[in-house]
Amino acid sequence: MRCKLLNVAVAALLIPVASFASAEAKTAAMKLSDNTVKIGVLTDMSGVYSDLGGQGAVTAVQMAIDDFKAQYKPKFNIEMVYADHQNKADVGSNKVREWYDTEGVDMVTDVLNSGVALAVAKVTQEKKRVVMFVGSASTRLTDQDCTPNTVHYAYDTYSLANVAGKAIVKNGGDTWFFLTSDYAFGHSLEKDTSEVVKANGGKVLGSVRHPLNASDFSSYLLQAQASRAKIIGLANAGGDTINAIKAASEFGITKNQQLAGLLMFITDIHALGLPTTQGMLLTAGFYWDRDDETRKFSKRYFDKTKRNPTMVQAGDYSAVTTYLKAVQAAGTDDAAAVMAKMKETPINDFFAKNGKIRADGRMIHDMYLVQVKKPSESKYPWDYYIIKSVVPGDEAFQPLSVSQCPLVKK
Amino acid sequence: MTAIFDIPIQALMAQLMLGLVNGSFYAVLSLGLAVIFGMLNIINFAHGALYMMGAFLAWMGLEYLGIGYWPSLLLAPLAVGLFGILIERSMLQWLYKLDHLYGLLLTFGLALVIEGFFTNSYGVSGQPYSIPAELTGGFNLGFMFLPYYRGWVILASLLVCFATWFGIEKTRLGAYLRAATENPQLTQAFGINVPLMVMLTYGFGAALAGFAGALAAPVIQVSPLMGSHLIITVFAVVVIGGMGSILGSIVTGLGLGVIEGLTNLLYPAASNTVVFVIMAIVLMVRPAGLFGKEK
Repeated sequence: MRCKLLNVAVAALLIPVASFASAEAKTAAMKLSDNTVKIGVLTDMSGVYSDLGGQGAVTAVQMAIDDFKAQYKPKFNIEMVYADHQNKADVGSNKVREWYDTEGVDMVTDVLNSGVALAVAKVTQEKKRVVMFVGSASTRLTDQDCTPNTVHYAYDTYSLANVAGKAIVKNGGDTWFFLTSDYAFGHSLEKDTSEVVKANGGKVLGSVRHPLNASDFSSYLLQAQASRAKIIGLANAGGDTINAIKAASEFGITKNQQLAGLLMFITDIHALGLPTTQGMLLTAGFYWDRDDETRKFSKRYFDKTKRNPTMVQAGDYSAVTTYLKAVQAAGTDDAAAVMAKMKETPINDFFAKNGKIRADGRMIHDMYLVQVKKPSESKYPWDYYIIKSVVPGDEAFQPLSVSQCPLVKK
Repeated sequence: MTAIFDIPIQALMAQLMLGLVNGSFYAVLSLGLAVIFGMLNIINFAHGALYMMGAFLAWMGLEYLGIGYWPSLLLAPLAVGLFGILIERSMLQWLYKLDHLYGLLLTFGLALVIEGFFTNSYGVSGQPYSIPAELTGGFNLGFMFLPYYRGWVILASLLVCFATWFGIEKTRLGAYLRAATENPQLTQAFGINVPLMVMLTYGFGAALAGFAGALAAPVIQVSPLMGSHLIITVFAVVVIGGMGSILGSIVTGLGLGVIEGLTNLLYPAASNTVVFVIMAIVLMVRPAGLFGKEK
């Protein structure tokens, strides 16, 4: 009995020593934790935004991993896990915490839904991993809520406002009324767009906030109609935008007022059809039919999914590739080292030309002002946009001089 | 312009009108739920999925077979009703003797399977379905522009609701049906085929959901999620009206639509919670619901 007790006591004493030793060994001998880079795709798999990312995002990330393996022959393994956050911040952040704590996930990407993204950013900073937001929109992610572990990739609410919003005001749409999705994303988009409208001499007459997944938009639209604003700004996304546009045309609102879909994806245009959406000015971070490279990627993607990629799905591919390149170049999956590597390396692929990740984590690349084609102008399936102008990244995104991010040295 | 509490009377009237339109959908959907619960004691969580199926069948009919809106309005509910009968015969009929919970779990599972199937095949962005040519345009009511189609929604729903109420409360068949639920053994002893009645009732409830779906197809995007967004509210309507009460679900459906419309105007942020606040208050004052009978 005494002998047993003694054994236990000795063992108890040894545990901390042993774990300390193994931790030492880890940092010394292995630059890559368990020789595997594990990527988590956190997205909306079945809800209102699942066509923007969802299964398509998982496919895009898998393509990126396969292509990277084939092209760069890395010495480490690459694995992918994915999960549905159901558009709930608590579900998303708990899943990510679990991934970091027990499954050895190194990087999380996609994260549609800004509400979820803000929660995930905090967990990622606490656990010292990397998160690359592609689907989420709120500028807060790289502004007042920036972290050293965050990269924000495809677009944000500032650039949406600054590209299409500005163009609409300059075309004479100088009075606005907003229909805003009532959570972090909608608020952010409304705020950023209002500022652009005011800065360009326009006026904001009012706004109404609706819940995510509102089933009927007619009552909000009548309020927008009563405001007599020239432009009704839709600060929402996915199914909400689609239903709002549908109801607006039914109520004859589009005869006297113009709708501005502040965040519309090509899948939304596909779902609504060109007769309802023609002429709309939109901001895009990616368009499949822009050049040979984008067409080549999109063709491969289309063969797997029967849809063309949204800017989120294409961005997921590019973000994962950027991350894997940085891991290989740095020889480690340590978050600080990989982040430093990513921030010093320009990004050149089908998604971005001379893209760069700034100190605040914002990935700067060209944005496109596009106009939806008339049905008669569309020559083949998914031929939806005319690229009106290319807005260089430094103009499209929020300048560092006004950033509230503490990582930015002024 | 006249105003009440700083709100122009025109805006108020317009919201009341729209509330009535949305209330019509609530009424038809909750009616189906009430019929199924009242007669079969099944809490039919698949109702939202059946509603979505109705809309999708209308869309598929047009897309693949060229069947227009008007035939679809009849055919889609019929197909959904048959699907309901299939569910009842193959699965539900074994659950009547068990606790409510089993029926709820089975139908909830079915809803997830049906929605998953459509999401997988068509994606969530949905499919556009145009308003039939006869009903494009609208009335100018002075205080608002009411699209003809929305007017038609109110009319069609009220007709269907009235017919259902009449059929169940005033006809011989309805009397058999009520007898069959009250005392199945005794009713069977009188030579009435009770399982057949029950099967047809579930089929009819499902068809009502399908009808609401086909009716909704032109006004909201036909999407696999359209049912799940609505079903919780509709359940609240049924609970407020009194589980199983036909008249209760019709009146509450329309009433809550109007209240929701007003909330949209006065305090939009609460528009998706107001129904549940009312539900809580009603349950505190009248646990059996407004029109329910305490057992």
